[in-house]
Amino acid sequence: MKLEARVGFPDRDLDLGIAVEAGRTLALLGPNGAGKSTALASIAGLLRPASGRITLDDRILFSHNGAGDTSWVPPHARGVALLAQEARLFPHLSVLDNVAFGPRSAGMPRGRAREVAHQWLAQVDAEEFADRRPAALSGGQAQRVAIARALATEPHLLLLDEPLSALDVDSAPAIRQLLRRVLEGRTTIVVTHDILDAVLLADDVAVLEAGRVVEEGPTARVLTRPTSRFAARIAGLNLVRGTARGTTVTTPEGLQVEGLSEDDLADGSAAVAVFSPSAVGVYRVAPSGSPRNVVHATVTELEPHGHQVRVHTAYLSADITPAALADLDLAPGTAVVLTVKASEVAVYGA
Amino acid sequence: MHLVPQVPATLRGQPRLGLPAWVFVPAAVGATFVVLPLVAMLTRVEWGSFGSLITSESSRAALALSLRTSLASTVLCILFGVPMALVLARTEFRGQSIARSLVLLPLVLPPVVGGIALLYTFGRKGLLGHSMEVLGLQIAFSTTAVVMAQTFVALPFLVVSLEGALRTGGQRFEEVAATLGARPTTVFLRVTLPLVLPGLASGAVLAFARALGEFGATITFAGSLQGVTRTLPLEIYLQRETDPQAAVALSLVLVVVATVVIALTRRSRTAL
Repeated sequence: MKLEARVGFPDRDLDLGIAVEAGRTLALLGPNGAGKSTALASIAGLLRPASGRITLDDRILFSHNGAGDTSWVPPHARGVALLAQEARLFPHLSVLDNVAFGPRSAGMPRGRAREVAHQWLAQVDAEEFADRRPAALSGGQAQRVAIARALATEPHLLLLDEPLSALDVDSAPAIRQLLRRVLEGRTTIVVTHDILDAVLLADDVAVLEAGRVVEEGPTARVLTRPTSRFAARIAGLNLVRGTARGTTVTTPEGLQVEGLSEDDLADGSAAVAVFSPSAVGVYRVAPSGSPRNVVHATVTELEPHGHQVRVHTAYLSADITPAALADLDLAPGTAVVLTVKASEVAVYGA
Repeated sequence: MHLVPQVPATLRGQPRLGLPAWVFVPAAVGATFVVLPLVAMLTRVEWGSFGSLITSESSRAALALSLRTSLASTVLCILFGVPMALVLARTEFRGQSIARSLVLLPLVLPPVVGGIALLYTFGRKGLLGHSMEVLGLQIAFSTTAVVMAQTFVALPFLVVSLEGALRTGGQRFEEVAATLGARPTTVFLRVTLPLVLPGLASGAVLAFARALGEFGATITFAGSLQGVTRTLPLEIYLQRETDPQAAVALSLVLVVVATVVIALTRRSRTAL
């Protein structure tokens, strides 16, 4: 089913427009406090927005037009299942009865509901835990059961609130694969901080910042051609935002980056320049030679990144080898010169 | 961390943190203060006639009446107290803190005052007394009055402990249940209630114990009629004048009953 949601909380300066096409998965990305969880809770019916409208296909789940004309469907009648960070299995019920809870609540007789629960436990490779109490499960096992429990209600819309963030590194990949399998063809929203979740689980992404959707589109496009700082950061890219002049982007602070562009950019229009940290060269003294972008900066932080070291400065980051790091003798506070060839920079309208 | 060697250690060798040695002194004094009177009472029990004292007709009638009425008032406390605790714990409304204070008032009110209040509500000349008389109901000085007096004083105990349990438990599981399609009544019966069962059990035990010991409101509102309104505490108070030996023996019975109830619920709570 197709979801269209407009959620407003004026007192929190939050106004979000979110849409998910039937059968697709949308990843909600954004820093803490951007409004991701508020959006999910509003769609699930656990929170009542001050204004807005939420529809699933033609069915109005919530609508408030400001003129006092309100409609509201309570959470249990929405057909929207919510999977949270922690599995939240009912501690007083066996694993099987946890999964059978949804079908039972929908009026299914106990025996039939348990059969259905067995089938869903098999779907998530957790049938062996059927008779256990939730307290006897590991985090990963519990999350499998929680997935089966949510799916057993045959929801029209599935909401996942950082479903992997409470799991340890060993169990997260398997659960991610499981989600990838069971989300196929389901209308889903997944809130995540993890680029892997966005790439592996989502068809589309929407980036939230300070209560607004600042960027949205197909995952591949947003991650290769981000227009927001947050999307660029989780895509691991440098992003410089400013105004275009030819194929050069100038920031309000005066930083200039020249690149290549396939777009026809009008002079003075908003544009971004995007390039990979591995395309950035780091020097103590400005090099001479081929024409390239040169930026003077100060190292703010060094962190391991794969086999390389990522050098952060106020605006840009660069990846260098540990040998180069030793050679350059960098530390936070060191003044450096960053260079990037224009041919490595993509410039497009923002 | 470097531990200072003077920190007292328990038998298992674990350091006692946040437990200064001097607290044992006032703790022991307090415990003695509670236990010593019980011991003193035990020394006064005349074991030879103990059996006949507690099986006398008036004693048996009082004990049976006490158990019956306390049980009935505990059931009433559950029937009304659970919804009251739910409303207090799960809703927000204007004047809620005032409502909570009023509901909990019997906790701090002298029971005699409660009895007078009940008398002026349900008594023959009370607020509702006349209309009830028209209906053929006369409550004051009946066993019903005993149950009402006990419920009046015991209800806040159940509400307080259950509201605490509901707040501590939070609404995480109730939210999940709702998104799984469970109607509010289903959520209440299958999720909320089972999860607060330990809190409800201890609240019910407190209410039962309070009802069992109820004296002031009962004697004011229900009087002291053997077999009808004379519960064990009333019987003990009366016997104290005429037959102190019987009073001591019956007191011991009350102590034993209370201890058994507490022990039973403790066991059922650990089994949960």
